[in-house]
Amino acid sequence: MTSTSLPASLANAAPPGAAAASQDFTPRYWLFSLPAVLVIAAVIVFPWLFTLYMSGQDWKIGGGAEFVGLGNFAALAKDQRFIESMGHTAYFTILAVVLPIVFGTAAALVFHREFPFRGLLRTIFVMPMMATPVAVALVWTMMFHPQLGVLNYLLSLVGIGPSAWVYDPNTVIPTLVMVEVWHWTPLVMLIVLGGLAGLPREPYESALIDGANDWHMFRHITLPLVWPFIMVAIVIRTIDALKAFDTIFVITQGGPGTASETLNIFLYLQAFQFYKIGYASAVVVIFFVIIIMLSLLLLYARQKSKWNA
Amino acid sequence: MTDQILKPTRRALLGGAAVAIASPLVLRESHAQAPFNWKRFAGQSIDVLLVKNPRSDLMQAAEKEFTELTGIKVSAEQVPEQQQRQKAVIEFASGKPSFDVSGISLHVQKRMAAKGKWFENLEPFLKDASLTAPDFDFADFGAGPVAYARQADGALDTIPFFVDYWMIYYNKELFDAKGVAYPKTMEEIATVAAKLHDPAKGVAGFVSRGLKNANVPVWTSLLLGQGVETTSADGKLLTDTPEAIWAGELYKKLNKDTGPQGAVGFNWNECQTTFMQGRAAMWLDGIGFATPLEDPSKSRIVGKVGYGVTPPGPKAHHAGMFADGIGISRGSSKKEAAWLYIQFMTNKKNQIAMLKAGAGAPGRSSAYLDQETISQSKFGKQYFECLLNSAKIARAGLPQIVPVTEFRDVFGVGLTNMIGGADVATELKKATETFAPVLAKSEQG
Repeated sequence: MTSTSLPASLANAAPPGAAAASQDFTPRYWLFSLPAVLVIAAVIVFPWLFTLYMSGQDWKIGGGAEFVGLGNFAALAKDQRFIESMGHTAYFTILAVVLPIVFGTAAALVFHREFPFRGLLRTIFVMPMMATPVAVALVWTMMFHPQLGVLNYLLSLVGIGPSAWVYDPNTVIPTLVMVEVWHWTPLVMLIVLGGLAGLPREPYESALIDGANDWHMFRHITLPLVWPFIMVAIVIRTIDALKAFDTIFVITQGGPGTASETLNIFLYLQAFQFYKIGYASAVVVIFFVIIIMLSLLLLYARQKSKWNA
Repeated sequence: MTDQILKPTRRALLGGAAVAIASPLVLRESHAQAPFNWKRFAGQSIDVLLVKNPRSDLMQAAEKEFTELTGIKVSAEQVPEQQQRQKAVIEFASGKPSFDVSGISLHVQKRMAAKGKWFENLEPFLKDASLTAPDFDFADFGAGPVAYARQADGALDTIPFFVDYWMIYYNKELFDAKGVAYPKTMEEIATVAAKLHDPAKGVAGFVSRGLKNANVPVWTSLLLGQGVETTSADGKLLTDTPEAIWAGELYKKLNKDTGPQGAVGFNWNECQTTFMQGRAAMWLDGIGFATPLEDPSKSRIVGKVGYGVTPPGPKAHHAGMFADGIGISRGSSKKEAAWLYIQFMTNKKNQIAMLKAGAGAPGRSSAYLDQETISQSKFGKQYFECLLNSAKIARAGLPQIVPVTEFRDVFGVGLTNMIGGADVATELKKATETFAPVLAKSEQG
């Protein structure tokens, strides 16, 4: 019989848990995080601090800078176009989130069922999402032309009079939202479809035995179970809608007049057309605060919507 | 003879000394008559910033010939207009632009360029016979464009190589069908437009830019008919005066009563599309947009387009003028090579090439008199007459101030509101009050 024994060094060694408790290795690991810290400091922290600093300056490119404290913020509070652009942003964002969520969820419920050519139709449905936003905007611009656009021609085929689409201050934002809905409903559909694919069968079997109809099952089983996925879609859509710029800029440049001038367009004008960097920085700071507040609210709502919450 | 050389006399020595003293003058004279030395700066490389347009395409196409002639290598970059303007502002503000030559829109950036000292004064280059080819003939550039390019202190910091005159394109077929003649006055534009306006047939009597910012030159072109611009000679705003209100009322009437549906959101491209599809009888805009109108693959009115000089207003007869210049960056270390590039690209041959290609109206007058170009052009005689006659009455179409873009933005919103039915005087008063502090600040800074 061969006897085995541990070497003395190992025999005396403390168990791993005990070593971790007695020795704190954290300071040694700090060094490894240094590259990441430096990158974050350079590309996130510094630009933000600099933007904050600039928001207190009255500086136009090509001219001298002057410290004005909160002067830019005070001027913004009185700037009618800034206030209007906040309203336009809210209007656009609400519509550009709610409509794709409703249509995307409905589409997901349809594509979740088995029917002929489902795969082909689903592929066709998600195609708008793959298109480049600027190219999409240029095509829509041509289609919106009041006299020569195809949309008014299609309306005429069904006996409806022509619309001015993006060329009318009253219809411009709903029309821009229409482009967003066409472009981004497929994304919502894909997210919700992913949620639907993972739902358990048992609740539905129980509900059928209890005599529930389709609406009851959707309202009381499908919707609550798929809600966390819808919340993810809402978060993504809200961020996308808030930062929407390319489509609006290409199609209307914020017009007619200022009817579709959102915060992003207003910001672009101040910074890159009028070169008022200090003023534009103040807009960025306000926009950042709004986004942070909205994000916290949405993340809280998402947390509450989790199945185990 | 040999004796004379070996044993020179006093007279011969004096004569020789005189020749020795005079020889540099003789040599200099002989240099002046020698061919211009294009190769002086061979081996250098220059960077050029251009706006993306057909004129820049022509310049890039001519680069090879320029390099063969001078030995100077060119690295030119074309950037879309808005971004090019932003790039120019930021790079010039840095003090060390990455380019030796840059094109600018004089109607937008002229004063900004002067204030920021962007460009080198070209006058000393023009006066230096060793740097300027004798056949460059600067006097050939139109007096209007040159005056437009010249800064308030007299410095010529760019060569005005492209000019855009505002005129009226009109559909001869629609005019003939209703037996209507081309308007003789600005007021008549509205009368004629009303006669030709036929919404049932999808034809608008008049089309022009309604989109904010883009629409301002329409109003300012009409204002020139009152013999005034939007600012006085001493820089005061004249934008809420009775003359400005008159021009605003005419702008409103033309676009609201006889414009196409949705004109409020039209930029030049929507106007152009509407006009070339035969959906508008008149279009007030720059003559530089003519090319597609005579292209059968794009236009339904080829051969039916009339080119009319902007009619006179109640007090004056002017055509709004807009122009592009090209200059040497003050921070460039290759200014002489850059000047050779500008000279070559704006010489007579290349300016005629611009006209031939339909890439725009050149700054040189001789180009419009080139019979070969006129006879071969797809544009008729009327087009060239319109160009020449517009050049004779040209006047700056936008105020020569630093914040031109803000001016266009603020007044553009007012003009858009007017098409929507807003009161002209109220809108102009509001816009003037909004813009006055911006202008005052720009003049101080």
